[in-house]
Amino acid sequence: MREALSLGGNHALLTRANPLAKFTAVVLITLVLALSIDWVSASVALACELLLFPLAGLGPTLLWRRGWPLILAAALGGWSTAILAPDTGSILLDAGIWSISAGSLQLGLGFMLRGLAIALPAVLLMSCTDPTDLADALAQNAKLPHRFVLGTLAAMRLVGLMAEEWQTIGMARRARGVGSHGNPYQRVRATLGQGFGLLVQAIRRASRLAVTMEARGFGGAQRTWARPSTFSGLDLWVLLGGLGIAAAAVAAALAAGTWNLVFLTRQ
Amino acid sequence: MTDISARKTLTRSGYNWRVVDIVVAALIAVAGGVIFWAWSQGANLISAPVNAIYPPLTGLYAGGWLIPAVLGMLIIRKPGAALFCETVAATGELIMGSQYGTTVLISGVLQGLGAELVFAAILYKKFNLPVSLLAGAGAGLFGALNDSFLPWGWNIAYAAGDKLAYILFMAISGAIIAGALSWLATRGLARTGVLSAFASRRAATEPVFS
Amino acid sequence: MTSNGVRPAAVTARGWGWRHAGRPRPAVQGLDLDIGPGERVLLLGPSGAGKSTLLHALAGVLGDSSAGAAAAGSPTSPADSGDADETGSLLIDGAPPRAQRGRAGLVQQDPETQVVLSRLGDDVAFGAENLSVPPAEIWRRVHEALDDVGLAGLPLDHPTAALSGGQKQRLALAGILAMRPGLLLLDEPTANLDPAGVLEVRDAVGRCLDKTGATLVVVEHRVAVWKDLVDRIVVLQPGSAAGSGVLIDGPPDRVLAQARDMLIAAGVWVPGHVPPARARAGTGAPDGAGLAAGPAAGPAAGQLLLAAENLAVSRERPRRAGPRGGFRSIPPRPVQSGITAQVRAGEALTITGPNGSGKSTFALTLAGLLRPVSGAVSATLELSAGAGIDPYKWKADQLIARIGTVFQEPEHQFVTGRVLDELMFGPRHLGRGEERVDELLERLRLAELVDANPYTLSGGEKRRLSVATVLAAHPQVLVLDEPTFGQDANTWAELASLLSGLLDAGTAVVSVTHDEEFTAVLGGTQLSLAAPGAGAPHRELPGVAAP
Repeated sequence: MREALSLGGNHALLTRANPLAKFTAVVLITLVLALSIDWVSASVALACELLLFPLAGLGPTLLWRRGWPLILAAALGGWSTAILAPDTGSILLDAGIWSISAGSLQLGLGFMLRGLAIALPAVLLMSCTDPTDLADALAQNAKLPHRFVLGTLAAMRLVGLMAEEWQTIGMARRARGVGSHGNPYQRVRATLGQGFGLLVQAIRRASRLAVTMEARGFGGAQRTWARPSTFSGLDLWVLLGGLGIAAAAVAAALAAGTWNLVFLTRQ
Repeated sequence: MTDISARKTLTRSGYNWRVVDIVVAALIAVAGGVIFWAWSQGANLISAPVNAIYPPLTGLYAGGWLIPAVLGMLIIRKPGAALFCETVAATGELIMGSQYGTTVLISGVLQGLGAELVFAAILYKKFNLPVSLLAGAGAGLFGALNDSFLPWGWNIAYAAGDKLAYILFMAISGAIIAGALSWLATRGLARTGVLSAFASRRAATEPVFS
Repeated sequence: MTSNGVRPAAVTARGWGWRHAGRPRPAVQGLDLDIGPGERVLLLGPSGAGKSTLLHALAGVLGDSSAGAAAAGSPTSPADSGDADETGSLLIDGAPPRAQRGRAGLVQQDPETQVVLSRLGDDVAFGAENLSVPPAEIWRRVHEALDDVGLAGLPLDHPTAALSGGQKQRLALAGILAMRPGLLLLDEPTANLDPAGVLEVRDAVGRCLDKTGATLVVVEHRVAVWKDLVDRIVVLQPGSAAGSGVLIDGPPDRVLAQARDMLIAAGVWVPGHVPPARARAGTGAPDGAGLAAGPAAGPAAGQLLLAAENLAVSRERPRRAGPRGGFRSIPPRPVQSGITAQVRAGEALTITGPNGSGKSTFALTLAGLLRPVSGAVSATLELSAGAGIDPYKWKADQLIARIGTVFQEPEHQFVTGRVLDELMFGPRHLGRGEERVDELLERLRLAELVDANPYTLSGGEKRRLSVATVLAAHPQVLVLDEPTFGQDANTWAELASLLSGLLDAGTAVVSVTHDEEFTAVLGGTQLSLAAPGAGAPHRELPGVAAP
């Protein structure tokens, strides 16, 4: 989990863009794709996004490792939509609560692609954005309250430690005779106990971290920034890129006649 | 040199967030994410077939995501705690790679808001079991409405009856998993002494219903 | 004022006291103390004397930090007995600490929480940013501070997560130096470090003080570490409304001579004094070690119980391969490999080695808690008694009756909300041994605490409880991870005596430790693991207290 929190020597082009610009571009694509469930707009966006991954420094191996759970989830989402959407067109399968029609199948497929096309740019965003730089941009450019932004950033740094501690507590409890195996009831109980142990440690650590931060003068209304968060020409290109992908997706779907506003789905 | 001989009582202000409030709230959200992540590793074996059979049933499981909203408020007891914690939890999920992309942030904000409104409705005066259950249900309700009716929702194309089932399941799940468990956890945490910096340090001896 | 703009601070306490929120009694009461600019003070005293409270107060981090809230219009609650109380005055240069952010800098015990940000340079800059220092000046200070603490060799974007404990504490010191404080406050900064880390932090502090002339107040159990660096020792006592909180005050040598017996009784590690622990008996009969004498006669001393054969260890689990590998799982990279060791009844095995050499990971693998990456851990029939050869595959209740593991952090092992339930937990699961609990309560001085919540105990009490809970299941092999870390001399002596008794009664004791005095008490075999990448581990027989 720790690797998700640092760029680990990634020096690709998009790591130099302002996080806020990248975030805005991703949100733009996301919102436009969310307006319609159709396979054309989703596929066009997906193809464009895949082309951008080298710019974010994400190779095929890493992309696969981060991506396969998303594919699985999107496929499941597509399946749910296919069996539960109101049927239109010819019925392909009818088994009690399940029914798949030509219309709902197309909807399910579109949904799956849309899900992926929405999930991938977020992976792209985080793989080329250091959380510290994101926090700097949120506090300095987006003017979010710096105490909350930096407090959250400092707590997020401990996520890897928390994950390790979770594992340690699991072993420590096994050494006390609490098994994490057995029937579902025992497992739930064991997980709850382990979770409680983790919460105690989380609150202890957070309290100490808060003292550390306050002792270093944190908490006042004013502060300076050793790392000024600035915009550059690259950020304009990032925004244009986001706009371009969104526009291309809509245009292709309109041209193909598949554009299908979500609010009008149930004809 | 000024000699402060008079006894000075430091008052705990109701509404201002201290540094310790912010950091503890954020780490509760982070730890909640770790717990749920670890739990879903094993639970995927159960949830995937359930999802394939009747997808709205996954709502019964969704309460786990809502724990930070209720737990954060029960511990911090400051306006905005539910909203803040759930948003931080969603941000953590985004960083780890979410199947919902950036829309996970919207989910987080809305779920947090659902719990926050319940606490706000009683002016942040009570943190007992019924309020916790309601807050959990509120978070579940808002989360399910987001999933069912907003454009990015994963259940947007479901038939109306299925949407209703999902909303009901998620509200129940929110009440039990996020509401009741958070309330129990807060009482347990108060007994360990780690909440000494917060008003919730008395949670273990507070009445259950009033 | 010295060349780099640091003005040493003066501390004045007059009848100062503090009661924490929700506590019935004050942590500090009636404290009168003057510390002059540039003085270096070691603060000693029994636990409960309020040493940490004083440091926190001087750092300006005690209690409510939103003092302006009343002005913001929120209703001021009537005197709530649960809220924190301050009495008297505590001033730095004549003004309250809270009003002077950055005047004092604090380093605490736990290295993980002394780091705020993910990148080295950013972390050092954090304090200066909060004091609104101009950015160009911040980076000048960052370089200077990193140089002063000996971390200048690392790049500014070096991940702070990759630092050792000693490096993290030095980084915290650098972050404070960048604020140019006149007062350095150190709250047991080296208690969680290995011996090398202790020295590196102590030396860095010494260099910085020589350079800046800042005032120092350090709290630490181990006097020897700081004795030559400080010019004054102040011994605090649990205060009362009548008397002063200061028991003894003076130059180190005089205080140590005058108060030696009192300090030893309070559990302070006084230089040149090793707390007396029960010595290992010869081959004769065990003396007073009834705890280990189980229902059935244990195996004869020297009997092999557990063996590690060409073992490779890691905490990580196998993970999924890349696109070409599909869903095939690939084993993690071991932190240490090629370990061979034997655990024998009535014999101690001590595991030593530098940070990152996989000591704890090996111990946990040996204890059946981690799956070996390669090689094998096998239990002999004497130990397994029908449970199978591989401890990792044993059920949890089979494991605790055979191998007991005491973790470094006692809280990780608490599973109930009451000391007595905690002790009864193992015996109840096993359906035997409940009668031994009373004996353990007495022996480890926990009888007064049976109804307390385990998390609310003091550090030494938690350590004793965690050992007692594991012993309650009556294991033949006891594995301990850094059992003496951060413990005061009294708890240390109790632990060492207890384990020496267990050994004489036939229990095998495996401990991961840096503590040479502890190793000397236990005797037995020493297994020294090499630093990562330095080749196969070697073994000394019967290596006790290797230099």
